[in-house]
Amino acid sequence: MIINSRFFNRSELTGFIVLAAVLFVILPLSLDVFRLNLVAKYLTYAFVALGLVLCWGYGGILSLGQGVFFGLGGYCMAMFLKLEASSVENTKIQSTPGIPDFMDWNQITSLPLFWQPFHSLTFTILAIIFVPGLFALIIGTAMFKRRVGGTYFAIITQAVAAILTILIVGQQGYTGGINGMTDLRTLKGWDIRPDHAKIILYFVEVVLLFTCIGIAQFIRLTKLGRILVAMREQEDRVRFSGYSVANFKIFAFCMAAIFAAIGGAMFALNVGFMSPSFVGIVPSIEMVIYTAVGGRTSIFGAIWGAILVNFAKTSLSESFPQLWLFSLGALFIAVVLAFPNGLSGLWADYVQPRIDRLFARKPKSGWNGNSVADGAPAE
Amino acid sequence: MLVGHQPKEFLLAVSGLTVSFDGFKAVNDLSFYIEENEIRVIIGPNGAGKTTVLDLICGKTKATSGSIQFRGKELTKMKENEIVQTGVGRKFQTPSVFEDLTVFENLEISFPRGRTVFGSLTFQRDQLVKDRVEDVAEMIFLKDKLNTYADELSHGQKQWLEIGMLLIQDPDLLMLDEPVAGMSVSERVKTAELLNRIIKNRSVLVIEHDMKFVEDIAHKVTVLHQGQILSEGAMEKVKNDPKVIEVYLGH
Repeated sequence: MIINSRFFNRSELTGFIVLAAVLFVILPLSLDVFRLNLVAKYLTYAFVALGLVLCWGYGGILSLGQGVFFGLGGYCMAMFLKLEASSVENTKIQSTPGIPDFMDWNQITSLPLFWQPFHSLTFTILAIIFVPGLFALIIGTAMFKRRVGGTYFAIITQAVAAILTILIVGQQGYTGGINGMTDLRTLKGWDIRPDHAKIILYFVEVVLLFTCIGIAQFIRLTKLGRILVAMREQEDRVRFSGYSVANFKIFAFCMAAIFAAIGGAMFALNVGFMSPSFVGIVPSIEMVIYTAVGGRTSIFGAIWGAILVNFAKTSLSESFPQLWLFSLGALFIAVVLAFPNGLSGLWADYVQPRIDRLFARKPKSGWNGNSVADGAPAE
Repeated sequence: MLVGHQPKEFLLAVSGLTVSFDGFKAVNDLSFYIEENEIRVIIGPNGAGKTTVLDLICGKTKATSGSIQFRGKELTKMKENEIVQTGVGRKFQTPSVFEDLTVFENLEISFPRGRTVFGSLTFQRDQLVKDRVEDVAEMIFLKDKLNTYADELSHGQKQWLEIGMLLIQDPDLLMLDEPVAGMSVSERVKTAELLNRIIKNRSVLVIEHDMKFVEDIAHKVTVLHQGQILSEGAMEKVKNDPKVIEVYLGH
C-alpha cells in the first residue's frame, strides 16, 4: 500500500460503513426474500457501475457497451448451470437427451464443441473473468493503439453491443435465442431456487462486491489511478511524460469489463436466467445512467446510483409501467444539466459539510472525489 | 548517461527534415545540429514552422522524409513515449498540467520510474521520490504549494510546474515552446533565472519571441522562415543579418 495515505479517507470511510451496514444488516433484516432477491439483482449492476467509475469516471473512457461484458459473464455462468440442469435424466423426453432443451428444439443432436468445457465449474469461473477480459483486450488494443477515443469509441462499443445481441438472437440453437437460457436449477447439485439459497447467494454477492470495491479502491490509490485522471485531463502530457497511453486505457477498459462480467455471472445465479435483453444497447446505456446518477467519480456514489435507479425502476414499473423510460430520460437530463457529479456530488456539497459541522471538527479541505470531479463536467 | 563522449559528436542531428501537410511543406529540407550543453533558440515569424520542428522531434508529428538522430538513435521511427525515455523532454506552448491532481502528484507522475501498467500499480512513493519532488518544487518556486491542486495555480505557476515536470524527467535535451509567453514581467525575470539554472548539464532547444529573453539565454540562434533556415549563428551575427531584419526583426 502507499506510504502515508490511508486506504479510505474520512468521507469514503463513512460511505463504506453506511453501505456495509445497509447491505449486510439492514436490508437482510427488513426485507422479505423476494425483495432481497430484487436487491441482489440491483447489485449485479453495481458491479458494472464500479467498472465504469474506473474506466469512465477516472480514465475518461466512455463505454456504451458494458452490456456486452455483463452478458458474456452472465452467459458463461448460465451455460454451466444450463448444462447441469440438462442431465440425461432430466431431459429424457427430448429426442436427444442430455443437451439443453433449446438445442433439442432447434434440431441440434449433439452438444457443440464450445459448450463442452462448461461442464467444469473451474473452467466456468475462469471463463467468466477471461472471456470478457480478452474480448475487452482485443477491442481495446484495436481501438486505443490506433488512438480511437472519445465519441468514436463510445459509438463503436455501442455497435459491438448491437452486434452481440443480433448474434445471440440469431444463433438460437447455440444460445437459446431471444428467450435466453431459462430454467437454471442447481450449482454442483445445490438448488439455487429456494429461499435459503437466495439468501446465501445474496451474501456471496455482497462479499464479492466488497472485494471488487477493495480492488477498485486499491487501483485508484496507486499511481495508476492518478495516471488515469491525468490521462482524462491531458492525454498528450501523459504521453510526453513517457507513458504509453493506450496500455493504460486498455487496462482500465479490461478491468471495467471484468467487473461487469462478475456482475453478469451473479445475475445468472440470483435471477435464474440470462437473456439478450441484458446485453444490447438499451441496458448498456442504462448502466451508464446509473453511474452518472450516482456520481461517476465516486465508487460508493456509483453503487448507490445502481441500487436506487433500479429500485425506482421496479417501483415505477409496478405502478406506472409506461412512465419508466420517460423518467429515466428526465433523470439523465437532470444529471447532465443540474448535478453533473451525481448523488455523490450532492452529498459532498450539501450533506457532508453538515455532518462535519455536527461533529464540530475542522472541515478537511479536500474531499477527493469532489475536487477530482470539479473540473470535469459531464460529457 | 554517456561517459567520455567525443566533443565533436552532436547530441541532436536533424538532416533533410521535411514534412508536408496536403502538399504544403511546413518544414522543408531542414538541417541543423545541436551540441551537448548547448542552448539553441529558434526564432522566426508566425507560420515559419517552429512548433512543427518540435512536434517532429518529439514524435507528435511524423516526418515525410529526412532523419532526426539523437545520440545516434533514429527518432523518426519511435513512438512518443519511447522518445521521452531516450531522453528528450518537451514543454508545450499552452501550459499542459494535470489540473485535477496536486502539484506533488503532477511532479510524481513525471518521475521516471514505473512507467508501465504493472510498474505504476506497484509504484511506491518512497523517500527518493519525495526528496526529488521537493527539490524540483523548490527550484520552480512551488515548494509551499505541493498539496495545492494545479487548477488553483496562476498561469505563470502552471508554466513553471510544467517545466518542473520536465526537470524531474532529467532529459538530455529539453525543448521549450514559448516558456515566457503570457507571463508578467516579474515572472519573466524569475523564469529566465530558472532556465539559467536548469540548463546545466543538458542541451536546450527553445522557441521564443521575446528578443530580450533570447539575448539573455541563447548560445546560438536559428532563424526559420517558411520552413527553411534563413540564418544561423550567434545572436550578434543573426541580429545584423539583412535577410533576418527584412522578414522578422524589421517591423
